[in-house]
Amino acid sequence: MSMAEATAGAVLANRRGWTGALSDYFWRQPRTFVFLLLLPAALWLGIVYLGSLFALLLQSFFAIDEFSGVVDRSQLTLKTYAELLKPQNLDIIVRTVVMAASVTIASALIAFPIAYVAARYARGKWKALFYLGVMLPLWSSYLVKVYAWKLILAKEGILNWVFAQLHLTFVLDALLALPVVGGNSLSISYIGTFLVFVYIWLPYMVLPIQAAVERVPTNLLDASADLGATPLQTFWKVIFPLALPGIVAGSIFTFSLTLGDYIIPNIIGTSAFFIGQAVYSHQGTAGNIPLAAAFTVVPIVIMGFYLWMAKRQGAFDAL
Amino acid sequence: MTTAVLLEQVSRHFGPIKALDRIDLTVAPGEFFAMLGPSGSGKTTCLRLIAGFEQPTAGRIEIFGEGVAGVPPYRRNVNTVFQDYALFPHMNVLENVWYPLMLKKVDKATQRREAEAALELVKLGGYGGRRPGELSGGQRQRVALARAIINKPKVLLLDEPLGALDLKLREQMQEELKALQKTLGITFIFVTHDQGEALSMADRVAVFDQGRIMQVGTPEDIYQRPQSRFVADFVGSSNIMPPAFVERIIGEKRWASLRPEAIRVGAAGSAAAPLTGTVVARSYLGSTTRLAIDLDGTRINAAVPSGDDVPAEGARVTLDFTRDALHLMENGG
Repeated sequence: MSMAEATAGAVLANRRGWTGALSDYFWRQPRTFVFLLLLPAALWLGIVYLGSLFALLLQSFFAIDEFSGVVDRSQLTLKTYAELLKPQNLDIIVRTVVMAASVTIASALIAFPIAYVAARYARGKWKALFYLGVMLPLWSSYLVKVYAWKLILAKEGILNWVFAQLHLTFVLDALLALPVVGGNSLSISYIGTFLVFVYIWLPYMVLPIQAAVERVPTNLLDASADLGATPLQTFWKVIFPLALPGIVAGSIFTFSLTLGDYIIPNIIGTSAFFIGQAVYSHQGTAGNIPLAAAFTVVPIVIMGFYLWMAKRQGAFDAL
Repeated sequence: MTTAVLLEQVSRHFGPIKALDRIDLTVAPGEFFAMLGPSGSGKTTCLRLIAGFEQPTAGRIEIFGEGVAGVPPYRRNVNTVFQDYALFPHMNVLENVWYPLMLKKVDKATQRREAEAALELVKLGGYGGRRPGELSGGQRQRVALARAIINKPKVLLLDEPLGALDLKLREQMQEELKALQKTLGITFIFVTHDQGEALSMADRVAVFDQGRIMQVGTPEDIYQRPQSRFVADFVGSSNIMPPAFVERIIGEKRWASLRPEAIRVGAAGSAAAPLTGTVVARSYLGSTTRLAIDLDGTRINAAVPSGDDVPAEGARVTLDFTRDALHLMENGG
């Protein structure tokens, strides 16, 4: 200890000027500090996001003159929502929701084993390899990947060629012969759209599940086995319930991303619209902003309902 | 007579680390057996081998006469109370306790009845609806205990069961565990690093160090007749007397241990005692006071009854003890 320190008083002087004074102030007023940290996000969420969302919602209640296409802002009406329930629009909604649900279920089924192995068994460089493997597709352009899939799935594409080489073309043909989901080739069928959706959103399912499984303490698994549970029983009684918040988190991503996407079904699949495409065309070429806005409300309502159900089922209890 | 648990030349290596190195051990049915040792001595590994979480690198383990090589934990009639309780956070207390019965697909009514009985046994009746997160450490401990005994295992393993509890609660739980063991008649094997706990609760104690068992015996054996410097040092606060010192007193060049409470301390010059030293430190411990006495460069701890006549720091004192109190050790290791 130097003499200078030995002779210092009980309270050390502020030697850092105004930054020191600021630190002292924040130390005494932690709430102010938290407020300042949150301010940019709060401004963004509160004004830019919620504000525009509100403006959008408002649009959906405006009437539109069907003949001239002029939006009448003078009075509010539910007419646009009635239009949503017309068969051709209801079709779009059902198609999108079924697709989103299928993509979510398939993603969860594919992601869980990957996430489980990564969380429970991968160590050191294997773990790094896992993260790299999951994240790598996210580094390349979304459009490039979707177009690449169009080529893979096309009739002259590599997938057809592989099936032909393996003398399994009949499997592919049987698949494409299925009503509704089949088609002329994978790249213009619902199966194709589904495959690409699953591929593109899979990382968003793997990562939350991996994080959830990793948080399950190993000694709970030991305890379960010790008390007589076979590995399968331990999985269903301990691991799965504790990993459920991760699965729900992942499904929120895959479900809502599929609900809102308009590029993938535009490039791959049938000519039938998904919600995103409907919004895109109504606010653009068709110029029907109220209907576009009403379509946008649909995924929001569905997601709200989904979260409410998940909460009721206790999906967030283990958080 | 069968043995409850038998370990024969059991080793468990983790790479180059020998967590357990050729251990031999027998635990009798109905015995309250303690595995005592510092952290990293192999006692927990030994417990995990018996539970089945680890497989031995070499050697043989039998539970009630049956070899358990390659038998997974869920097929061993052995249950464990974990150090941090390992209660399932997504289940309430009752669901935790009847978990083993639920796995066996026992009917719901029996599950509930047995779980409630087990909770009564550990004095937690009426807590069934709570979540583990809403309980205190002591209560969680009791839930873990109820869950581990509901299956009526042949052997109950307890891994530092009282480690996280405060002193008062720990003493209370020690008594309750002993009483519970008598009621159930199950073989208890518990791991601890607390020598007081091991001595007060166990019928027999195994002292572990660096993957080896240093000594197995009754608490009296371990405390009064340690066979090695390690045991003498680890169990209690014995004075370890180097051979040169022992030779001066009894004419035999051997390591010996001497309990602090076996030493009588008197005022210097009062008698023809052969040993005279200086008090260098004094710590008040309640009923006794510990004196650190410097005896020609050898430091000796003595525990004397607290009172007015305890010598002050710096006082010259004589030391006296009977020949029997000086316990000669078989090895100096």
